Amino acid sequence: MKVKVKFFAFLRERVGTGEITKEINEGSTVADLWATLKKDYPKLAPVEMRLLYAVNRNYVNPDYALKESDEVVFVPPVSGG
Amino acid sequence: MRVKPLLINEKRFFFGFFLMSTRLTPEQIERYSRQIMIPDLGGKGQIRLRQGKVLVVGAGGLGCPAAFYLAAAGIGALGLVDSDRVELSNLQRQILHSTLDIGREKVDSAKEKLNQLNPDVEVRAYPVRLSADNAPELFASYDFIVDGSDNFATKFLVNDAAVDLGKPFSHAGIVRFQGQTMTVIPGKSACYRCVFQEPPQPGEILNCQQAGILGAIAGTIGSIQATEAIKYLAGMEEDLLVDRMLTYDAKTIKFRIIEVRRNPQCGACGDKAERRSHEFRQRTEV
Ligand SMILES: [Zn+2]
Repeated sequence: MKVKVKFFAFLRERVGTGEITKEINEGSTVADLWATLKKDYPKLAPVEMRLLYAVNRNYVNPDYALKESDEVVFVPPVSGG
Repeated sequence: MRVKPLLINEKRFFFGFFLMSTRLTPEQIERYSRQIMIPDLGGKGQIRLRQGKVLVVGAGGLGCPAAFYLAAAGIGALGLVDSDRVELSNLQRQILHSTLDIGREKVDSAKEKLNQLNPDVEVRAYPVRLSADNAPELFASYDFIVDGSDNFATKFLVNDAAVDLGKPFSHAGIVRFQGQTMTVIPGKSACYRCVFQEPPQPGEILNCQQAGILGAIAGTIGSIQATEAIKYLAGMEEDLLVDRMLTYDAKTIKFRIIEVRRNPQCGACGDKAERRSHEFRQRTEV
């Protein structure tokens, strides 16, 4: 199944684009998707911090099971002021 | 029978300098007329702003515009916490400070501009760095906290201290073309730690000093923080940015609201979190 993935803040710079479509296995969780993305984009590999995961504009936990054409957003915290 | 109210007013004038006054002077009515005419605020809302006290943590990119608008709006007392001095590289975004202020305490420079803008506002300058030790005392006399700090340690400290002390606050962070902000009503809405759990490891994320920030982004997000404080004080609690994280990407001009919710396992506001105020320092990764 396909999901739409969006990267915010510095994640976008690491990936090189703000938005991709990703083919994933049925029953994949957000954590599974993130693990796959870390393999696809080596610059994401060192990212260990806790991110805000949102599916269809709602906060979800990493164990959230994704569905066809879900929109997943990865938001890192931002420290500046 | 008419003598008594006059006496009370005189006393207020001498002792409280109408900080706690429940009526507005003709000059105040004129100064605030454009917001008093907004039905959601009105004269009643304006009096509530005059009775309100807001603490702004950080007199930098976010704190300057937030404090500027809060002072303009006629907040009764405005506290500013910042231990830094003005540097040339601050001036591209920290709009309360001018070239002539380089080397001055930021809180003194800010207080001067805020009082020039609105002498009605009691501005209190705290030239200290917010810490687990001084946070309870600093927060205690304020109704609302605006977090304009520039590092994760302080952002989590503000969250934990505010949650422990039950102080509503506005969180925000900015970098490059990006901003994010959320309002927290402790005990009612999700807190910052509900969303991000813990700060990233030092060095994992670049700060403004390392990554850069466009000054106008600080203005956008700082203004939203001021708006939230004003809405809270004016009694518009239902309309606050709670249980929602607002993200703003200025490059693509995209605002996005992400619905968030309280995390029962949250280290600050969760079911098992310690409630006593001195405990937050143990949870704080400073
Ligand atoms: Zn929480």
